[in-house]
Amino acid sequence: MATELNQGDALPELKVTPDKYLTMRYAGASGDFNPIHVDEEFAKAVGLPGKILHGLYSMAQVARAQTEAGGGPESLRRLSVQFRGMGFPEQEITVTGTVREVSDGVATVETVAEQGGNQIIRNAEAEIAL
Amino acid sequence: MPVNTAAAGKSYPPATYAVGREKIKEYAHAVGETNPVHLDVEAARGAGYADVVAPPMFAVVYSAGAMAPAILDPDVGINLAAMVHGGQEFVWGKPVVAGDEISTTATVKEVYEKGGKGFYVFESQSTNQDGEDVCTATWTNIVRGV
Repeated sequence: MATELNQGDALPELKVTPDKYLTMRYAGASGDFNPIHVDEEFAKAVGLPGKILHGLYSMAQVARAQTEAGGGPESLRRLSVQFRGMGFPEQEITVTGTVREVSDGVATVETVAEQGGNQIIRNAEAEIAL
Repeated sequence: MPVNTAAAGKSYPPATYAVGREKIKEYAHAVGETNPVHLDVEAARGAGYADVVAPPMFAVVYSAGAMAPAILDPDVGINLAAMVHGGQEFVWGKPVVAGDEISTTATVKEVYEKGGKGFYVFESQSTNQDGEDVCTATWTNIVRGV
């Protein structure tokens, strides 16, 4: 993994638009069938605008931006995130990141996921082995 | 209802998860992974893996069986209707491939109240069939209006 990441570098942006049925597929893949993610009527009944994305799906998009920058799944050594706001299907998510420091062959990256102007994953920090 | 901090330190019996090739593919497709090491056995073997590799975040799949009893434990007493997932950390070790058997142990790391919210912090430790660490995770759940 001869990845070049230097202090101050921006990660390649990752953009993804989860389709209308994504939350069903992610529920099946992850086993998390909380109705706020898969049942539009239930979500509205509990005061949400509609079905919301699983936070761990959004975190997986942040992870993907790191492994794509790092050159493979093993490059991601650590990922820590805070979930804020809510993500929704059928709206584009953008993951961005900046290398804060490189030390002992590990890049520490500050990264966020944003959707429609809201940061849905914030204060996230990744460590990528170079 | 004040948060019950007495459960801090409680551990749960390990739960074992057998990692399947098709499950890795299903998960990889759901999160949009396109790297062939997750999807194609030959590509994975060509990259030096024994079988298709789990994306790092597949940790949520093999940890789930260990985490559920901890989060649902009446001794912990989380009001699930008011719970949100506040934060998450994973630290990865040895990569997980199809055919592995992953054993995960969950622990209640910390329970505290701050600003009218209850914070329930769990830790999970996952090892493979050879006893190698594959993932350590910290799960922070926040309950509003405690």
